Amino acid sequence: MIALSDYLTLSAILFGIGMAGIFINRKNVIILLMCIELILLAVSTNFVAFSRYLSDINGQVFVLFILTIAAAEAAIGLAILVVMFRQRNTINVEELDSLKG
Amino acid sequence: MFELKSSCLAIVGLPLAAAMLAGFCGKVIGQRASHLATTFAVGLSFFLSLIVIKQFYTHEISPLNFTLYTWGQFGHTPFTIGFLIDQLTAVMMLIVTFVSWMVHIYSIGYMRDDPGYQRFFCYISLFTFGMLMLISANNFLQLFFGWEMVGLMSYLLIGFWFKKESAIVANLKAFIVNRVGDFGFLIGIAAVLYCFGTLDYRLVFEEVQNISKVELFQLPTGYTVSAITFICLCLFVGAMGKSAQVPLHVWLPDSMEGPTPISALIHAATMVTAGVFMIARLSPLFEYSELALNVILTIGTVTCFLMGLVGIVQNDIKRIIAYSTLSQLGYMMIAMGVSAYPIGIFHLVTHAFFKALLFLGAGSIIFALHHEQDIWKMGNLRKSLPITYYTMLVGSLALIGFPFFSGFYSKDLIIEAVKLSQLPCAKAAYYFVVGGVYITALYTFRLFFVVFHLKTDRDDIHVEPNSWVVEGPLVLLAIPSLVLGALFLRPLSENYFAHSLVIHPEHSGFQELMAASESPFFMALHGFTSLPFVLGLLGIITAWIGYVVRPKSAAWVQRRLGVIYYILKNQLGFDAFYRLVVVMATRTLGLFCWRWGDQWLIDGVGVNGTANTVKRLSQSLRKMQTGYLYHYAFVMIVGFLVLIAWLLLSVIV
Repeated sequence: MIALSDYLTLSAILFGIGMAGIFINRKNVIILLMCIELILLAVSTNFVAFSRYLSDINGQVFVLFILTIAAAEAAIGLAILVVMFRQRNTINVEELDSLKG
Repeated sequence: MFELKSSCLAIVGLPLAAAMLAGFCGKVIGQRASHLATTFAVGLSFFLSLIVIKQFYTHEISPLNFTLYTWGQFGHTPFTIGFLIDQLTAVMMLIVTFVSWMVHIYSIGYMRDDPGYQRFFCYISLFTFGMLMLISANNFLQLFFGWEMVGLMSYLLIGFWFKKESAIVANLKAFIVNRVGDFGFLIGIAAVLYCFGTLDYRLVFEEVQNISKVELFQLPTGYTVSAITFICLCLFVGAMGKSAQVPLHVWLPDSMEGPTPISALIHAATMVTAGVFMIARLSPLFEYSELALNVILTIGTVTCFLMGLVGIVQNDIKRIIAYSTLSQLGYMMIAMGVSAYPIGIFHLVTHAFFKALLFLGAGSIIFALHHEQDIWKMGNLRKSLPITYYTMLVGSLALIGFPFFSGFYSKDLIIEAVKLSQLPCAKAAYYFVVGGVYITALYTFRLFFVVFHLKTDRDDIHVEPNSWVVEGPLVLLAIPSLVLGALFLRPLSENYFAHSLVIHPEHSGFQELMAASESPFFMALHGFTSLPFVLGLLGIITAWIGYVVRPKSAAWVQRRLGVIYYILKNQLGFDAFYRLVVVMATRTLGLFCWRWGDQWLIDGVGVNGTANTVKRLSQSLRKMQTGYLYHYAFVMIVGFLVLIAWLLLSVIV
């Protein structure tokens, strides 16, 4: 029997990886998007685990919403990415600093 | 039917309208139309004033006090434009318009080739308007308006040749010194408003008896200052500025930088008498302050005597006459001080004519000699300028108070009034006043002999004959200088001013004098035996010997009295004192305020300091905006974690 804590540990690890990916990654915007997906999945895992544990179907419904949003978000994110590449010829995170003060 | 109200408005308004025309449309209508319009307007004012004064004399009209327009209201105090036309105003109107008219005519010739021709006529008309407003006011505020107006016109006209540096310095000096006086004047008016609650002459004069005992404040020494004394002293400070009394007299000699007609109009005949007029007009106030009268008498005596002394050593023809004006203003102030207001006004009237005459005569000489003002470069002009010579002779004799000339009557009455006065200062003042007669004769005839009689071996003096517009006014002014004194004496002895001037019974000793001096002829005959006449004659003889018979003797006296000569030559050190002490102190204070107050504190710390602080702060803050996504995400997460930690801690604890 897999305990609730195992699920939570897994999701924490996933979340951590996603987070670290955002900080550490200095190269590629695509990896950034993937890391965001990873964070979302970590959260979804949490939801599902608690849903089972508390016998409350609401958590799983929520996950479905999150997946939908994530899909839409990925689509928009990639679209922005494509436009950005066309404009600046790069998707290097280091070079994307036009908001610099 | 003669209507006083409308004619008063016409007298005051005509010069203003003409000044507007010459000022705004001068370039369009040209020189000729400008001088015609202004001269005609002032001339018309003169004839109207002549009618007014005639009607007052024959008692066909009674004094008129009306309010034309209320232009403001402050609490319960209305600010109005109003006119008070009585015997005093009528006399002043007559002088102002007549002298102004003469000066207008004279200026047509004198200013002929000046590029600022229209501007000049605009200014002198506007000045006439300001002076008329001053003398016809029925409240303090309008008095102040006229007061400032003539001050402004004096400033503009002294600096009329604004490309000449000395003129700019002189007009600034006149303006600033007058400001000092006006400051006192304004405080006086404020005190009137504070004590009486109104600025209307009539209401103030009605209340004055109730106020006269009120004590305003106590000095640290324990001496209490009554309200009336405070008001009178403050107002007198204003009069000191405008009428150029010691120690605020320094601007008048310098004001001679302006065109000569201006010196005649403003700095001899009219504006400088504003202070004297003001004291006479406010005689109901001054009569209740013994202290103020004593101060006026003292200051007047000092001015009269010292300025006459300074006049003896001057070499600039206009400056000599300017010092003579100061001295004569001193005489008028003395008359005010001993409460002999009618006599003071009498002297004001006669002085206006003969001093305007002397100035215009001096202008005629200066003009004929191509703007030469040093009397030692003139000499022997008797033959070349005969009309100027004879009119100047009339003016000089009137000035020294030679019997039968106008100045004799007024000056003799002043001397007698001082003799009869009961004021503590009057005894000492009397000796100075009598001594002043000798000094007056000496400096007047020194000027006269040097300019007209001194034999010169030079033949380089090129004299240009003057036109009738320059010499006509001289003749027209010489006539009143000759006969006005005798003419004026009868109305004076009949107490012509009884309505306008209030004289306290305690001070009215001189009134018998006026009643007794009914016959001008006998008074003049009597004058030949009096002490002032002897002194005056002595002055003339001294001048004759010193400058004509033995021209070297004056230089000898000058060497023997080197120190006194030096002090007098430097105007008794007033200018040096002001320059060294007042101006330096003000400059130092100003520099300090500028360097430290303005530049350092306000600019450095205040305005630029704030801007610099904000700039430096934002310089460091903008470094935080790197633009990198991962930095923002990091801060977000850290913040989120801090928030969570805080939440958890608050739950746990």
